[in-house]
Amino acid sequence: MKIFFPLVIVMILVLLVFAGIKANLYFLFGVVIPYAALAVFVLGFIYRVLKWASSPVPFHIPTTCGQEKTLPWIKQNKIENPSSALGVIIRMALEVFAFRSLFRNLKTELRDGKIVYGSEKWLWAAGLAFHWSFLIILVRHLRFFMENVPVVLKTIEGLDSFLQIGVPLFYMTDAVILAAVTYLFLRRLYLPQIKYISLAADYFPLFLIFGIVLSGVLMRYFFKVHIVGVKILAMGLVGFNPDPKILSEIGAIFYVHLFLLSILFAYFPFSKLMHLGGVFLSPTRNLSNNSREVRHINPWNYPVHVHTYEEYENDFRDKMKKAGIPVEKE
Amino acid sequence: MYNAGKIIFGLLIFLALVTFPFYNNIGKVSAKPEPKIDTPEIQKLPENERKCVEPKDFMRGEHMQMLNDWRDSVVREDNGIYMSSQGKQFNMSLQNTCMKCHSNKKEFCDKCHNYMAVAPYCWTCHIQPKENKS
Repeated sequence: MKIFFPLVIVMILVLLVFAGIKANLYFLFGVVIPYAALAVFVLGFIYRVLKWASSPVPFHIPTTCGQEKTLPWIKQNKIENPSSALGVIIRMALEVFAFRSLFRNLKTELRDGKIVYGSEKWLWAAGLAFHWSFLIILVRHLRFFMENVPVVLKTIEGLDSFLQIGVPLFYMTDAVILAAVTYLFLRRLYLPQIKYISLAADYFPLFLIFGIVLSGVLMRYFFKVHIVGVKILAMGLVGFNPDPKILSEIGAIFYVHLFLLSILFAYFPFSKLMHLGGVFLSPTRNLSNNSREVRHINPWNYPVHVHTYEEYENDFRDKMKKAGIPVEKE
Repeated sequence: MYNAGKIIFGLLIFLALVTFPFYNNIGKVSAKPEPKIDTPEIQKLPENERKCVEPKDFMRGEHMQMLNDWRDSVVREDNGIYMSSQGKQFNMSLQNTCMKCHSNKKEFCDKCHNYMAVAPYCWTCHIQPKENKS
């Protein structure tokens, strides 16, 4: 159920596009839905981040794995246990660009009645491959949104297609992302523990992304669409002046690609995909470990009336003297 | 809101990245590419014979694949004759068949290729046609 429900949803979404194309709803699928999805994405993203920002983070709670800053003759691990902003920035950069904490992923097994831990890098490797290819693919798509494509984009595209297989040239990232998504899906199926904790919300984005990549791959290499028309539409959309005449000339599979992508964008702020923003707001990652240097005051502390010893003595000095109890002030 | 400065700074970066395609195109007029097919060679042909090797829609989507297949066929299989879907025979040759009619690379090929920012590697082996600018 947790697997089939999202799968059926994605299939229904694809069928919806074909039905819409049959019913001539080009303007809806080519203009209205993409704009709406982008608006939901941007506003939803901001809403989620602001909501997170409204939660106080009273204490510094970084998870560390290195020597804390201490006596001068003990060497501090400045990146794994940062005490300065620079250290935090380096640590975050490693986390965001290289998934440092996932690199530490361990596998726990019972062997001869003993618990043993072993290195487990596959998830890290597949995750990294998936995210980086996704980023490169996203950046590559900018060529549809710019009149004069800068050299940087052409270089990225050139490197991605440098094997020069087939025409249109085969992109390596297309194969990498398909393989990585397949691995990340099979992993959830194959490992009983992971399967147990996987929810429909874990499978849905996987299927959706698989559908987006597959439709893109089919469109580029197999069932060609009117690609110049795609760019004319894209340029129209970013100029808020889409050309309705071009809509019906582009093939149906393009609308599958665009619609699934719109769904992904609209779904983004309400799902686990928000880790895009969340990774920057993880208190266990983005805080320095300086709780011994700096006093962190709990922001929701209300003023507590404190009765100090001095005040106590002022209240009872006479009685204390009579009872022979020593006092600090005579 | 806590850490307002950092949060707003991060959200501004997010907005700048997401809306880049929009503000990047402000004030720019995007012209649709219109490849020209009015070369003298095509003009010479009678009206009903002004047809490409295959129908226009097929050529628009598949010309790159066709040229790649032609290359393989000629260079690797020693077969230089193409039988079109209309039953006509053509010499598989970019320079002698395609470019004979479409002699205007700048006004034909480059129009869409530049618009789409694709750089086909035809001319790393073939000699580019020298076009008169008149």
